[in-house]
Amino acid sequence: MDFTYTETQDMIRDTLARFLGDTYDFETRQKFIASDAGRDPAIWTALAQELGMLGASFAEEHGGLGGGALENAIVMEELGKVLGIEPYLPTVVIAGGALKAVGGAQADALIPEIISGNMIVAFAYAEPQGRYDLANLKTSAKKDGAGYVLNGHKSVVQAAPWATHLLVTARTGGGQRDADGVSLFLIDANLPGIVRRDYPTVDGGRASEIYFENVAIPGDALLGSEGAGLPLIERIVDEAIVAVCAEATGVMQKLHEGTLEYTQQRKQFGIPIAKFQVLQHRMVDMFMEVEQARSMTIMGTLKLDLPANERMAAVSAAKNKVARGANFVGQNAIQTHGGIGITQELAIGHYFKRATMIESQFGSADHHMARYERLALKV
Amino acid sequence: MDMEFSPEDLAFQQEVRTFIAENYPAELRGKQDEGDELGKEDFLAWHRILYKKGWVAPAWPVEYGGTGWTPTQRFIFSEETARADCIRLMPFGLAMVGPVIYTFGTPEQKAYFLPRILSGEDWWCQGYSEPGAGSDLASLRTTAVPDGDDYIVNGQKTWTTMAQHADWGFFLVRTDKDAKQQEGISFLLIDMKSPGVTVRPIITLGGEHEVNEVWLEDVRVPQSQRVYEENKGWTCAKFLLAHERTGIAGVAASKRGVEKVKAIARTELDGDASLLSNPFFKRKIAELEIDLTALEFTELRTLAGPNAGKGPGPESSLLKIKGSEIQQRLTELTLEAVGHYGAPYFRGFGEGDNEHPIGPDYAHRAAPTYFNMRKTTIYGGSNEIQRNIIAKMVLGL
Repeated sequence: MDFTYTETQDMIRDTLARFLGDTYDFETRQKFIASDAGRDPAIWTALAQELGMLGASFAEEHGGLGGGALENAIVMEELGKVLGIEPYLPTVVIAGGALKAVGGAQADALIPEIISGNMIVAFAYAEPQGRYDLANLKTSAKKDGAGYVLNGHKSVVQAAPWATHLLVTARTGGGQRDADGVSLFLIDANLPGIVRRDYPTVDGGRASEIYFENVAIPGDALLGSEGAGLPLIERIVDEAIVAVCAEATGVMQKLHEGTLEYTQQRKQFGIPIAKFQVLQHRMVDMFMEVEQARSMTIMGTLKLDLPANERMAAVSAAKNKVARGANFVGQNAIQTHGGIGITQELAIGHYFKRATMIESQFGSADHHMARYERLALKV
Repeated sequence: MDMEFSPEDLAFQQEVRTFIAENYPAELRGKQDEGDELGKEDFLAWHRILYKKGWVAPAWPVEYGGTGWTPTQRFIFSEETARADCIRLMPFGLAMVGPVIYTFGTPEQKAYFLPRILSGEDWWCQGYSEPGAGSDLASLRTTAVPDGDDYIVNGQKTWTTMAQHADWGFFLVRTDKDAKQQEGISFLLIDMKSPGVTVRPIITLGGEHEVNEVWLEDVRVPQSQRVYEENKGWTCAKFLLAHERTGIAGVAASKRGVEKVKAIARTELDGDASLLSNPFFKRKIAELEIDLTALEFTELRTLAGPNAGKGPGPESSLLKIKGSEIQQRLTELTLEAVGHYGAPYFRGFGEGDNEHPIGPDYAHRAAPTYFNMRKTTIYGGSNEIQRNIIAKMVLGL
């Protein structure tokens, strides 16, 4: 039993933190998220080519550093601290995770493309009627010769405006909510018949509604086996959930630190408001939530390789606790700041927005509580 | 980073399991299963068995009778004893005054007291709180005035747990009235049979006689029973409080508690189904389990993380706050689970006769335990004081 990071992991964290410290200050971020593109592509290129950061969680045979989920968590936590909008989650964690799971020629061909920064992937899984149910799919992929024809509507596909590729869940058989008949495809984002409506998100990102209108896709776009993709999708979404918990830890830490700093400057009744015990205890409660979010992120990450039901229970426990903590820390950061907290002026409000979106990303606290109850209490 | 046990640790785990299975007293197990109240001899029975095995003080340095176990082995031992529902040993000697004596005591104090703590020969109590000194412990007014080679001690202590059985007590007393609060306090070991020591029971909400008032009237105490320097007793007190806080997370025992309350909720009916399938009750259990997992991994991070082995820091206040809240929620859910049978109360009515009490065994102590466990957020430095400690020591406020 060991809860320390290796030297390499410490180095990854330090290198990334230094780079983001130099390139990702709040004002710079606000500028590029307001630009037409909504991001600064040079940062992604630098992450890939100068820092080798996009390879941290991939095997050395693919050109990576030989890490895994812990390295993803380290990167996500650091991105959380700067409110990073880089598409690390869908590209490296989710698409990369799917490619690692299927292996073979697809992994050999595409993982190096992710590591080099040439390939950006958006994960098109949600649908208007599906809420958090990964199998509730109207999007269909019908066999057509050697390939498939894709039709359907995907909701709020994060990072889609920037993506070179889309990772799409679609039904190749079965009824709308069946576990069987679900397949996973990795396709070029610019194929004929793909229609996108792009928009900004409240937390500074970009997303799209995506419509597939008779999109012809090649047979080798299928990841894993046809109709039996749900376990793979559940696995990569669980990896994504703990990565988002790691991001949340970084966001919550900054919310807490920002509140500590502000209350020591802000004076009322002639003294810094940090001197008031009611605020001190609130900030202690925030601290405890941050620490527990960190603990649950580690717990979920370390349990990713357990059998599916145990893995899902652990990941749901982590997401539930982190979502509750993010809610508490975010709301109390704003309350403690007072009026200035609800303006666009300070970074604190922007951290609150991201924390709020994380609460329901890949399922709300209630959704994960229900999944935990089903799997852990077995009633 | 990994949470796997090494082959050596797994072998150790098996050794602990086997030892408990073969040596835990059957009579004690029976009393626990029936929900009987446990007395001094019950605690000592298991204490003596562990002492004979050399396992009674895992955290002590080997030279004083500790086990030399790694932090992981200590974790395994506490997990296994809780999993098997072994009675928790009294902390006052083993976890509190023992470490103070081997850290700050004279060679004579170590040689006399430590073996007697290990063997269970002496039962210890803690003389800290006073009627006017609770959270503000340093405002204590019990005095010790030098008289030749002795001190003459006068004052009143309260909330003194299990003092009715105690052979010895460790006391905080004021030796300099003019010094700043924390600076005039000394740490004294007092023989509870000394003339002038009077112990009076305080009966708590569950009907238990667990805590006492201790009156000290012209009690003569040799100065050789002072630990560490005169007026430096606060150093010992702070050291002891930090020690007290670590074990207080009680993760392993709470895990066992969750299993117990789940078993009750599976047995109890709510309509046609078990109480555990009631969506409201089920949610409370699930939330408790998740919060306990968060506490467990927070403790593991301090146990096997980068600061492992450096001793408990102020972060241990977090473990005390969250651990005690969870212990209370467990007793609350148990009382809720037993429904009507939380109400029957037999203490003082035919106690000691063989008539079986009313209701299922698991209901007997549900309400008294719920009432009793309100203490956990109050003792050992109340949870509000713990928040003050974190605010000051961790957040720098």
